[in-house]
Amino acid sequence: MNKIVNDFSITVGTKNGSGSSTANNTILRSIFKMGIPVSGKNLFPSNIQGLPTWYTIRVNKDGFIARKETSDIVIAMNPDSFAKDLASVTPGGAFFYADDIKQPITRVDIAIYPMPIKSIVKNDPNVPSDYRELVGNMVYVGVLAQVIGIDLETIRAALTFHFKGKQKPIDMNFNALKAGADWAATNLEKKDPFQLESMDKTEGLIMADGNTAAAIGSIFGGVQFAGWYPITPASSLAEALNDYLPVLRKREDGKHTYAVVQAEDELAALGMAIGAGWSGLRSMTSTSGPGLSLMTEFAGLAYYAEVPVVVWDVQRIGPSTGLPTRTSQGDLTFTAFIGHGDSHSVILLPGDVYECFEFGWKSFDIAERLQTPVFVLSDLDMGMNQWMSKPFQYPETPMDRGKILWEKDLEEIKGNWGRYLDKDGDAIPYRTIPGNKHPLSSYFTRGTGHDEYAKYTEDSGIYIKNMERLAHKQITAKQYVPAPVLHEKKGATVGIIAFGSTENAIFEAQAQLEQENGIKSELLRLRAIPFTKEVDAFIEKYDQVFVVEMNRDGQLLQILYTEYPQYATKFKSVTYHDGLPAAAKWVREGILAKYEPVSSKQKTVNSKQTKAKKIAVKAKAAPVTSSLKGKKAVKKTAAKSKKK
Amino acid sequence: MTETLPMAGAPANVNAAGLSKNDYRGAPSTLCQGCGHNSISNQIISAMYEMSVLPEDVIKFSGIGCSSKSPTYFMNRSFGFNSLHGRMPSIATGALFGDAHMKGIGVSGDGDSASIGMGQFKHAMRRNVNMVYIVENNGVYGLTKGQFSATAEKGLHLKKQGENPYMPVDICMEALISNATIVARSFAGNPKQVKELLKIAFSHKGIAVLDIISPCVTFNNQENAYHSYAWGKDHEEPLHEISYIAPRSEIMLEQEMMEGEVREVAMHDGSTVILKNLEKGYDPTNRFQALHALEEAQQNNWLLTGLIYVNTTKPALTDIYDLVDTPLNRLTETDLRPNHAMIDKVNALMF
Repeated sequence: MNKIVNDFSITVGTKNGSGSSTANNTILRSIFKMGIPVSGKNLFPSNIQGLPTWYTIRVNKDGFIARKETSDIVIAMNPDSFAKDLASVTPGGAFFYADDIKQPITRVDIAIYPMPIKSIVKNDPNVPSDYRELVGNMVYVGVLAQVIGIDLETIRAALTFHFKGKQKPIDMNFNALKAGADWAATNLEKKDPFQLESMDKTEGLIMADGNTAAAIGSIFGGVQFAGWYPITPASSLAEALNDYLPVLRKREDGKHTYAVVQAEDELAALGMAIGAGWSGLRSMTSTSGPGLSLMTEFAGLAYYAEVPVVVWDVQRIGPSTGLPTRTSQGDLTFTAFIGHGDSHSVILLPGDVYECFEFGWKSFDIAERLQTPVFVLSDLDMGMNQWMSKPFQYPETPMDRGKILWEKDLEEIKGNWGRYLDKDGDAIPYRTIPGNKHPLSSYFTRGTGHDEYAKYTEDSGIYIKNMERLAHKQITAKQYVPAPVLHEKKGATVGIIAFGSTENAIFEAQAQLEQENGIKSELLRLRAIPFTKEVDAFIEKYDQVFVVEMNRDGQLLQILYTEYPQYATKFKSVTYHDGLPAAAKWVREGILAKYEPVSSKQKTVNSKQTKAKKIAVKAKAAPVTSSLKGKKAVKKTAAKSKKK
Repeated sequence: MTETLPMAGAPANVNAAGLSKNDYRGAPSTLCQGCGHNSISNQIISAMYEMSVLPEDVIKFSGIGCSSKSPTYFMNRSFGFNSLHGRMPSIATGALFGDAHMKGIGVSGDGDSASIGMGQFKHAMRRNVNMVYIVENNGVYGLTKGQFSATAEKGLHLKKQGENPYMPVDICMEALISNATIVARSFAGNPKQVKELLKIAFSHKGIAVLDIISPCVTFNNQENAYHSYAWGKDHEEPLHEISYIAPRSEIMLEQEMMEGEVREVAMHDGSTVILKNLEKGYDPTNRFQALHALEEAQQNNWLLTGLIYVNTTKPALTDIYDLVDTPLNRLTETDLRPNHAMIDKVNALMF
């Protein structure tokens, strides 16, 4: 049997609430410490205890660590999902199971390893009886470690980290794991090809989840106020603020420079954050789709009254409650046009855990500079799973607090200012904040019609002028938002546009497309809306631009259609929305389904033919999306084209 | 909060802050003539003037509705935020963190607070947000032309709506059970009491709810309606006569004039409230008595007015957070961004 080294996937099937996350994180971290590129994804139900849950680990020496939709190694700990788990093992794979599960094993094409977990734990005098189930999870870690070669010392390091150096739980878990490994060494004969061998590819990297990274980034951005309401998968972001603020913003006098308030609902969460942003604080909230729906009216107020605030949306799959513990990129169009009336949002799109950190601090600079809400859209995969990341780096620019007038500024200009007066011609007015004691500092903020001096008015001309200025502000925004990341590829014939957590899956799909299908592609990963000039240039380069995203209707595509009607025929939608983290398979198959092997010369000559063919392909490949897509996009296109 | 400036050479028509009454005025009201809300705005102006409050130390808040328009009509020199329907409390909660030395004056209505904003209203109480929370209560939606509000009494007849079939919400009762630290009720037709209650509320650190029955002259001012001038004048049952005594008081005489049962309440800023009880033994620091009094008034159809409940022992929201003395919104990058060494520390905390 040929060895397969550092290139396989592992899935652990357990019951939700059985305490397996310590065990699974330990496997992940140990492999990471061995220097092998790795990812771990928790695929869990909306449930506290009892329902089946899976954890998938991808090990790949070449760094392709997107979720793999197949499982080479399966560890079955849950009788309820046992049959399904057994069936899911790839031919030639390995199946580990707790031997107290008495269910038929029919497969002969895979290696089968029963594990006497209960008896091992029972015989360990150091494990109290109420800890047996929890610690039992460590036994499978030990057995697996022995069979595929996880270094026990890296496991100890992982456990030491997990239990924050507390010796008692470290020892208890390590001993159980050691017992599993010892048992496997004497009783199991290796019958599968999978093997781990140390590398140096994770050196200098850290492991973190995006919600923690976002919170830490926000703290380095000087966050002063956060209003939030619990919701999966965003809760851990605000909780991380509560964890890290006391550490990172500790003062000698013990006083606080910040406040984190758990609100009564998402309306109040954003309301408080807007109040704080208005009164001059670096202010934020964090939520997910249903919360964002509730925040809509407030988002419109912040847009129209020009209040800086940062809103994190850790996306989960909707509509409505949807699949609350599954990932998605389904809030993009909603966020882009959030609020009634004409509005468009500044959106940041982090693509990995590092960018969650980076946009954590950057978002405040942008919000305060532009005096507008900034939405940061991550997702459950990025937010809640542990990712490899380069270490967080200190912000390279000082804080940008934007255009604020204090007492001495007002004195200098003799109080001659108007809250919504576009003095600099960049559509960004100056603002004062409460607490300014200058008698001419105050103004009255409102969501109703207002003139340049913030006075109430229903005058049509003034209304239009103000709205045009707000549209102009979106153009100004282009110079402050992060540019897209271009992954250059010499000789590429097609372009791919994507955003967020799909990048790893796309990298892998690109490699496969090149090696197996001879298609060279170049990827542009967007990091913000509004689009900057790099996006124009990229689209212009290619005849075919695949727009890859995790939703049903091709939401990014809708926005691209709106912004680039002249390029509309170039775009090809590749969407997927099963709620699981992106995998290379769907990206590759999605591209292949719509790929047209037409050279650029032919294309210009036979443009009519190309068009006809395209319609045929579209109708075949994506019958569900077309009608719905039309409606929403057309409405917004009409509104926008008027402004231009 | 109140900055007292030197009095030397100050003209007679200015207060201790050196400001004239004009410094407390707002834009001309666009509400209906005779609207109770205008009378309340005038009492806010008088109270703030008499207390020598610096307008820059106050933030005005409101939601949506006739009442919520009124912050435009007083104290132009104060910052103001006219927010969303029912969402004034959350805006105020966040905004008052900007500079915890400032005090909020919020004006809401019965639609804004007792219907769409009931949730936020009650949560502002339990958090003890440092603001005067005025509910200009008329039992009707004025701006949308005369629908029932949640405080309208059962059986009320309105022109287009017919008869109200539901029980009313009692603002004071809701505030009290949500742990508001001052609960008071008054009647726009009793401007003296409104003003004294405003002064008490403003002296308090924490939330002070003033439920002010403020008749709608256009849509709900029938003689037999609870939220009308006529009914209010006939049914008002003041708990006590109230005198507010400023911190360094010149008007000690008034105290000596008081007779009967007198109760003093010391406020956070050193001021004193003197209550001359009209009813035997009423103690506004006793929550149980307050609930009893409200219930009794409801059963007897009384418009119970006065300082119903006061508790000066609970910390205001911003005090709970133990903030630095400098207003948060004046902190700079040095205070807010952790230093370079912290980035290594935080990376070490990751795996």
